[in-house]
This record gives sequence, structure tokens and C-alpha cells, in this order.
Amino acid sequence: MLSPLILITAVLNGLMTGAVYALVALGLTLIYGVLHIINFAHGALLSAALFAAFFAYQQLGLDPYLAALALAPAFFALGYALQRFIIGPASHGDDRNMLLVTLGLAVLIENALLYAFRANTRTIDLPYGFRSLDLGFTFLAVPRVIAFAAVFLVALALWAIMALTDTGKAIRAVAKEKLGAELAGIDVAHVYAMTFGLGTACVAIAACLLIPTYYANPSAGNAFVLVAFTIVVLGGMGSVPGALIGGLLIGVVESLAGFFFGESLGQVGIFLIFIAVLLVRPRGLFGASA
Amino acid sequence: MKAFVPIAVVIAALAAVPLVVQSNVVLNFLVVALMIALAGAGWNILGGYGGQYSFGNAAFFGTGAYATAILQLHYGVNAWLGFCAGIAAGAAVGAIIGALAFRAGLRSSYFALVTLAFAEVLRILASVAPITGAGVGLLIKLDLRAQSFQFQSRAIFYLIILALLAAALVIAQLLERSRFGAWLIAVRENEDAAEALGVDAFAVKLGAMTLSAAVTAAAGCFYAQYFLFIDAGIGYGTWISVEALLTPIIGGAGTVFGPLVGALVVKSLGEGAKLITGDVPGLDLMIYGAMLVLVIGFAPRGLVGAFTDARVFVARRVMAARPPRPPRAPVEETTHG
Repeated sequence: MLSPLILITAVLNGLMTGAVYALVALGLTLIYGVLHIINFAHGALLSAALFAAFFAYQQLGLDPYLAALALAPAFFALGYALQRFIIGPASHGDDRNMLLVTLGLAVLIENALLYAFRANTRTIDLPYGFRSLDLGFTFLAVPRVIAFAAVFLVALALWAIMALTDTGKAIRAVAKEKLGAELAGIDVAHVYAMTFGLGTACVAIAACLLIPTYYANPSAGNAFVLVAFTIVVLGGMGSVPGALIGGLLIGVVESLAGFFFGESLGQVGIFLIFIAVLLVRPRGLFGASA
Repeated sequence: MKAFVPIAVVIAALAAVPLVVQSNVVLNFLVVALMIALAGAGWNILGGYGGQYSFGNAAFFGTGAYATAILQLHYGVNAWLGFCAGIAAGAAVGAIIGALAFRAGLRSSYFALVTLAFAEVLRILASVAPITGAGVGLLIKLDLRAQSFQFQSRAIFYLIILALLAAALVIAQLLERSRFGAWLIAVRENEDAAEALGVDAFAVKLGAMTLSAAVTAAAGCFYAQYFLFIDAGIGYGTWISVEALLTPIIGGAGTVFGPLVGALVVKSLGEGAKLITGDVPGLDLMIYGAMLVLVIGFAPRGLVGAFTDARVFVARRVMAARPPRPPRAPVEETTHG
């Protein structure tokens, strides 16, 4: 007999996983919304960020949540530089080239990590890593609750940047009408790089939120990014609320599918949703245009 | 026929290699490089000539490999027949994915994503389904006889993969000279304009994808027969999707020899790096990734394109070094107003 409480627990767990998915997807959708390409290096950057968060704790004893404050700007700078000095110049303004350059970077970064740190899986032991919140009918792991809350803070901060700052305004202008923005004196290469930087900073924060309950490994990011692709497509490429809602939805679907059908088939479920959305409604649930 | 002379010369030169080199290490390296070149030649049909960048050619490679292995193991089908069936199965998967993706009008990033997703779905399914040996994989029984498509000598395998590659190069050359190829290139350059001129872009892309899948699947079938083992991570893994795309891009997408040049250069660099630093995981792929970025940045038409440019450049310099021809009579200027 299935107790509804177990189901509720599965849904809650799904929501918390989904929040981190949403954060990874947020970075991806931001980049897509402005540059109109899928950043295939997103997963490799997430793996790199997981390693950074791991070493920050292991070498410097820096708490992952504090490390986020340092890693987010560092990865912003990394993302900015990647777009400004590598992806932008190398792709000669061609979308297909840009796609390939991000793929090349993904292969490069992932294997540089493999070369440097080998395939070993590394985890950290936080003093509060196993603490949990007692809700009466179920327990929730504290790090995951923190992650859930933090994602909404980051989304809020991102919204503030986009809505209230001049940079945000420039980004929105370029997303809407690149040529017009350029004519109005906006430096498009700079805006592209800023956007890429913001997307990469999202990944760094996601890594810091993940590392207490997850692990660092050269291909650790890939699992998240394939899910993030699904979310971005489901929520509509370029749509920020779409990424948030899509992320939570996919988290719950995965949790429930895993609960009913087992772990690996839960993943197939996600991909089937992905393919179905791509084929039937490629602009997603919230996207304005494909 | 003149257009096929370069292919004949290159294949003949490669066919002579086993006469000179007997080392199994070298032959093994060449067999793998040519297998990747074959997979790349498949990608090149749709990606190079058609401009549709698939990130999931593993779907075809794996299907070919699994079909070959499953037909032999579970149904006792002859290995050569299994090989042909594997190619057909790969082509069918290509046709299905192509029909769905192109019918939905997916292009660029979306097309890359959907092909990637199909390959991943197949990988996960192959890692749980009993017929594909689930997590363990499939082992083809050792039976070193010609009718089982198994040979003691690597030289024979080398000649077989060379023959398959020769067929792929001929297909590419025929494509370049055919009406279908012209349509395909028109779709790559500007799909809307091509449609306006009466090209059925959907049918052209679908045909190219089916052919592309068949060629990549042939590489998968060969993998199964050569290594006599296949599992989900090999058959449907991202590595083959990446290498199938990498070799033509580096060699020169949309050129006949691009995949072969790319595969030989990329594999030589990878193996060379391994020789120098010892077998450290990740180093060869690191080089591949860097190569991809560098080639797109500095030689967007690949090594074959860069070579052509260099020849033109040298020819111009030679021309410039000659004494100048007498100037032509100046054209009379017309004035307006």
C-alpha cells in the first residue's frame, strides 16, 4: 500500500533536486536567450566548478556556501574571458561554429580535469552534511534545503541585474534586436561576454550548492547538463521563469519516475519528455518563438 | 572519371602500407584511424555537405554494432549478413530520427540537441535491456574463419576497412557531382532560398541523413567484428559522436578527403602525445578539443581548405615574383550628371 506521505516526500525531494537543476538551466537559458546558441561547455564548466568548490574546502577549509561568494565572481571572469577571447573570435560570427567551439571547449575542459585529477570521485564531509530537518512526517537533508532557498535568491538577484541595471538593459536589448542594439552604441561583444559570464557564475553557485551532497569528478557536470537541456527546451529557450518552473517540474518528474520505475528508467523518462517537447513544441511551454 | 583519380591514388597508397609495415601496433593504429574516418565520412554527408550538425552519430554507430552482434549471437545469422543488416538498421534509425527532427523543423542548436538526446536514450536503454547484454555488453564468440568475418591477420581487417572507406569517399565524390549533392549544398547555404527555388529541403535532408547514418553504422559494424565486443558506453557513448564530428571538421567539412585527413592527423597527435607522456587518460581528448577550437578559429574550412588556400597563396606569390605584364589600356572613366 502506497502511503501518500512517501509520495509527498518524493515530491519534496524532487523539488529540491529540481531547484539545482533550475539554477544550471538558468545559466544555459540566459546564454541561449542572448547568443542564440546552446553552450555545450556548460557541463564541463560545472565539473570544473565542482572541483573548485571541493578544493576550496579541502585545501583552504572554506565552507562551500562561503566559497560561492568567491567562486561566482571568479567563474564570471572565466566565462567572460572564454566568450570574449576564445568563443567569439574563433567562431567568426557563425552560429554553427559557435556551437562547435563550445563543444571543443567542453571536450578540452573535461579532459583537462581528467588529466589533472584522474577519474576519482571526490566528496567532502561537512559537519552538518548529514543533518536533517524534521517535518514530523519526513526528514529533509539540511544542505538540500539551503540549496533550494539559495536558488531562489540567485534567481532574484539575476532578475534584479536584468531589470534594474544598465548592463541588464543592454543584455535585454541585444537579446531582442542585436543590430539595433549595436546601432544604439551597445558593444555587442562585451554584452555577449557579460551574458556568458553570468551564465557561468550560475554554474559556479550551483556547484557550491551541490558539493555538500554530491561529488566532484571530471564528468560530474554532464548528468546535470543533459537534464538542463531538457529544462531549457521545456521552459522555452531564453525564458528565465520557464527555466525555474521547468527545473522544479523535471525534478519532481525524475523523483517520481525513479520512485515508480527505478533510477535509470527515470532518466529515459526525462529524455523522452525532451524529445517530445522538441518535436511537438520546440518553443517550449513559455518560449515566445522558436 | 578524372575526379576519381585522387581517391584511387590515395587508397592505392594506403593499401600498400601492409606490404611495408608488419608491426601490429601500427596496423592497429591505422585500422582504428580509418574506422573513425569512416564514421566521420558518414557525418560529413549530412554535416559537411548539408550543414546539419548532428551531435549524436553514436545512435547510428551503436545501432550498427549492436545489430551485427545481436543477429550473430541470438539469431545465428552469418556475420557478413549481420554486417549488412547492421548498416541497414543504422540507416533506418537515421531515417526515423531525421523524419521526426526535420518534420518538426529543427535546425542548428535544436537539431544538435535532439540528435544528442536520441543517442543518450539509446545508450541508457542499451545499458538496461537484456538483449544488448545490459551493463555487461555483448561478446561475439571467437571463430577465426573468413565466413565469420574474423581474421587472424590485422592486415586483412585493414584492407576491409580501407575498402569501406574507399566506398565512402566514392560516395562523397559522387555526391559532389550529383544533382542531389547540389540540392544538399544549396540547403546548407540557405535553406529558405533553396526551397524558394523548388528544392524539397525535407526530402533532401532526410535522404542525406539516411545515407549519413548508413555510413556511420558501417563503422559501428566494423567495430563489433574487429573488437568482438560492444557495450552501451562504447556503442552509444558520446566519444564516437564527438570523434565522428571532429574528424571532418578538422580535416575539412564538405570535402571528400576531409574525414580521412582529419582522422589521420587527430589520431596521430593523440597517439604521439601518449607516446611522449605515457598513457595518461584524457590527454588525447584534450588535444582533440583544443584542435577543434583552433581549427575553427584559424582554418574554418579545415586542413584541406587551409592547404588549398596555401597553394593559392604560393601560386600568387610565384605569379607576383614574375616580371609584371604590360598594363592594360586604362578604362575610360564615365562621369555622371
